Amino acid sequence: MSALLKAAGVETLYFDRIRALSSVSLEVEQGEIFGVLGPNGAGKTTLLRTIAGLLPDQPEKGSIELAGVRIERRRPEEIARMGVVYVPEDRGLFRELTVAENLELGLWGRKGNLEATHAMFPILRERAGQQAETLSGGEQQMLALGRAMLRRPRLLLLDEPSLGLAPQMANTVLAALQEIARAGTAIILVEQNARLALRIAQRAAILEAGRIVLQGTAQELEEHPDVREAYLGVATVIAQKAWRLHRRRRRW
Amino acid sequence: MDRFLQYAVAGLSAGRLYALVALGLVLIYKSTRVLNFAHGDVATFGTFAAFALLSRDHSFWIALPAALLAGAAASVLFYFGVLAPAQRKGATLLGQVILTIGLALILQGVVVFAFGTEPDRMPFPLSDSESRRFGPVYVSELSLGTLAAALAACVAVYLVVQRTRLGLAMRAVSENLIAAQTLGIPTRRVLAFAWATASALAVVAGLFLAPALLLDPFFMLDPFLKGFAAAVLGGLGSLPGAVVGGLVLGVAESLAGAYAGIAFKKTLAFVVIRAVLQVLTEGLLGKPFKERV
Ligand SMILES: Nc1ncnc2c1ncn2[C@@H]1O[C@H](COP(=O)(O)OP(=O)(O)OP(=O)(O)O)[C@@H](O)[C@H]1O
Ligand SMILES: [Mg+2]
Repeated sequence: MSALLKAAGVETLYFDRIRALSSVSLEVEQGEIFGVLGPNGAGKTTLLRTIAGLLPDQPEKGSIELAGVRIERRRPEEIARMGVVYVPEDRGLFRELTVAENLELGLWGRKGNLEATHAMFPILRERAGQQAETLSGGEQQMLALGRAMLRRPRLLLLDEPSLGLAPQMANTVLAALQEIARAGTAIILVEQNARLALRIAQRAAILEAGRIVLQGTAQELEEHPDVREAYLGVATVIAQKAWRLHRRRRRW
Repeated sequence: MDRFLQYAVAGLSAGRLYALVALGLVLIYKSTRVLNFAHGDVATFGTFAAFALLSRDHSFWIALPAALLAGAAASVLFYFGVLAPAQRKGATLLGQVILTIGLALILQGVVVFAFGTEPDRMPFPLSDSESRRFGPVYVSELSLGTLAAALAACVAVYLVVQRTRLGLAMRAVSENLIAAQTLGIPTRRVLAFAWATASALAVVAGLFLAPALLLDPFFMLDPFLKGFAAAVLGGLGSLPGAVVGGLVLGVAESLAGAYAGIAFKKTLAFVVIRAVLQVLTEGLLGKPFKERV
């Protein structure tokens, strides 16, 4: 089976000179959760923004294909309409609009209703008339995911969905992601919390300084000594970014 | 007291026009983050389109929509042809403002080329000299017409922005462009619509101002600056603020002219603005500026 998303040799620059990604290649299958891990500043967000078309005239080099159709350098609206939805780290909500209005905008340009969304996140029905910015962090994440799902995406790009969530809530969100993937949506999941990501991802890549330094199945990565040391070594959920303090020489 | 009322009413009359101009400026500023220096010239352009039709004895009801359309078309062309590509290329805000100045100069040139610079009377169905009496106050027909038009325009904008799906998209795009793009909302068309609406508002102001004075290619300069001031006074990001700002400015100006001498008419109005902004730094109805992420 050929992959849903195929990125080959992607190179992204900021301001035409700051190289944030160099020759990144990856493939994501339909219905697969693909984890992207890496330290701060590695280029994880840049990768998602490049795929979503949010960086004008980028990628500088390389190709990105969605189900065989080239999408690199297209306008973000176009890419969105082809079935790619990007949920940024800040959730990308319309903070001054109500929950109901946010969801309505998720239905832009298509017929549909909120039934499935409300079934997945019942809290959104209760909060319908409330301004998005008054929701708790977890509720905001649910709104962002619920709204993204209304677009019935083929590919969902998620930037650190567990950020700022209590473990309980993070688990709820991850469970929702697994459900979404089971229904056929491919997910690229950027996470700082490697343990969490590797638990639900089928495959994952490690990005460092704009390059993929390691790629494989979740199990391979979990068992890889360097990953264990750098990303899982001190990992309790609370100390999710503590690996930085323990940076040692690595073999890659 | 009668004198005070009379001047206050005259001020409200001018203020309504400032409010229309300010409303358009704020609409554009809120949605595209650009201060549109061509706003007055778009109004001039539309008004001259109406002038051309009216002076060839076409009915006002043909000239009005034609003028609105001309103004809207000019700014939509500008948005799609110049501004949107520039924004996509990452033009700075200053660069974008300068692009609008370019549009202003082009429109000015077109109007001067087509109509010359000789002042002309605008044929208009409402008279500036016929007036009605309301208690102690006289109000001209034109002023009543302006009131009706301004009210209709404000209500229409309110309904579109607050009650329609397109208005919802406008609010969404103005708050978080990237999120709107990633939801597949056609943001450029939504923004073009905001520009068109704003320009139509400015043309309405131009149309109802022109009959009160002699029409020349630069007649919107002063109302444009006042509208700008009114927008700042109201808090640059607030649509109701723009309307309130316009009315306050109009009244302040008129009363200053009456009681402090005509020479101070303009200066005093700006002193009022300065004083208001000293106390309310975000303008009358503005919200503290939040950086968009
Ligand atoms: N808008 C920008 N302009 C210039 N450089 C940028 C911009 N955004 C990111 N960068 C640079 O690109 C590199 C990758 O940034 P990116 O945000 O993709 O990292 P990240 O992996 O998402 O990090 P984090 O885990 O902290 O979110 C960094 O060196 C960053 O400084
Ligand atoms: Mg990031």
